[in-house]
Amino acid sequence: MPPFRLAHQGKTCSDSPRSHARLRAVALVFLLSAALSSCSGIQSALDPAGPEAEDVATLFYVMLVGGAAIWVGVVGTLFYATRVRREPHSERTAGWVILLCGAVGPVFILGALLTYAVWLLPNMRPWTAPGEEGGLRQIEVTGEQFWWRVRYLDASGGVLLETANEIIMPVGERVLFSLNAPDVIHSFWIPSLGGKMDVIPGRINRIALEASKAGVYRGVCAEFCGASHALMAFTVEVLEAEAFDAWLQQRLAADGSSGADGLGLFLRHGCGACHTIAGTQADGKIGPNLTALGARGSIAAGTLPNTQDNIARFIRSPGEIKPGVHMPSFAMLPEGDVETIAAYLKGLE
Amino acid sequence: MKRLLPAEVETLWTLFTAPVVWAGHFVICYVAVAIYCEKALVWDVDFDHVRLALGLFTLLALAMIVLSAYLAWRQWGFGSGEPPHSGPTDRDRRRFQGFATLLLSGLSFVAVFYTAIPLIFIAGCHL
Repeated sequence: MPPFRLAHQGKTCSDSPRSHARLRAVALVFLLSAALSSCSGIQSALDPAGPEAEDVATLFYVMLVGGAAIWVGVVGTLFYATRVRREPHSERTAGWVILLCGAVGPVFILGALLTYAVWLLPNMRPWTAPGEEGGLRQIEVTGEQFWWRVRYLDASGGVLLETANEIIMPVGERVLFSLNAPDVIHSFWIPSLGGKMDVIPGRINRIALEASKAGVYRGVCAEFCGASHALMAFTVEVLEAEAFDAWLQQRLAADGSSGADGLGLFLRHGCGACHTIAGTQADGKIGPNLTALGARGSIAAGTLPNTQDNIARFIRSPGEIKPGVHMPSFAMLPEGDVETIAAYLKGLE
Repeated sequence: MKRLLPAEVETLWTLFTAPVVWAGHFVICYVAVAIYCEKALVWDVDFDHVRLALGLFTLLALAMIVLSAYLAWRQWGFGSGEPPHSGPTDRDRRRFQGFATLLLSGLSFVAVFYTAIPLIFIAGCHL
């Protein structure tokens, strides 16, 4: 490696092995910390909060160890060939090495890893037979461009309540998600709770997930679906059973009819043609349901923190925040009207 | 035994036998399970029967590949000569083809076995 010169000192780095070593150590710590930061958090398959996700994480670690063993074997052989013994072996020995290390060994190692992965598969994706899902709580999730329509269903399959970009679920209870899409293919993925499942137009895919730890997690769209694919996330909040029941009752009773000024402007400017707010005349189905919007952790499908300013920003120019969004810009509205509507929406709980 | 085996014919098709069995096994396994899972509610057939049938089909495919490997071994002269058989002679061309067919048979055998591993563990359709 050619030494690079430090201009102000007139020295080369190779003059100082200690500074070289320090530089390497800093780089290593930096790289390791960057890698390790992905091992925890609200959106990490390596920080599981459910039985399926635990199996996914276990599979990852087993494959990692398997891959590391293969890597050590390959690099060890390379080291042996270039550093330990530089003279050639006999052709007969080389033939045996190729047969054992190039064919028989990989067949058994890959066979073992494949068998383990397939053996784990039924646990990672528990099967719910048609007709057996009666006892499970059902949530219908529709992947739209670029947000998630979430409908809680009652025992008979009717819609109990609708929300968007948020899933609240009870801890320790398996929930069956029915996934569909009206436009393009999406993929529903809550890394902390389990594997992903494609959301395909014209088809209902189902995935049953269970959360074993209360907390807040993040779900994402895992299949490229358009310009704002990366801005199509949702919040998953796992509550204790009592807290979940309380949330459900509170959401069923949510009423957006207070805040007359904001509601009046909301309706007058036609927002109700696309959005629903329970307890009001706004009953549009095209866009996300905005009932209790103020209680959500984020707006625009996990894109911005839920503040009054951000709601106003989104109303004025949604396309700047989410390219390709279907909602038109409302920049032509008087500034005061936008602020009043944003304050009203932020106040909805 | 030898009378039961086909005579040694010099054609390139013997080279493809094992990979074709592998391809056929792969397609039939996937298509059979896909159709069964789509019709599971209509047909009154247990999934275990499908697994068993495909398991027997796997054994048949493996047996065909073993046969192909034996014929290749014969064409190779039962390992009497060392590869690479690169001489410009009829004998070397036959030996080379036999050796290549034998290697392809080995690959196909492993591939068919890998394809069949899910039959052991997957016990139902995921609808």
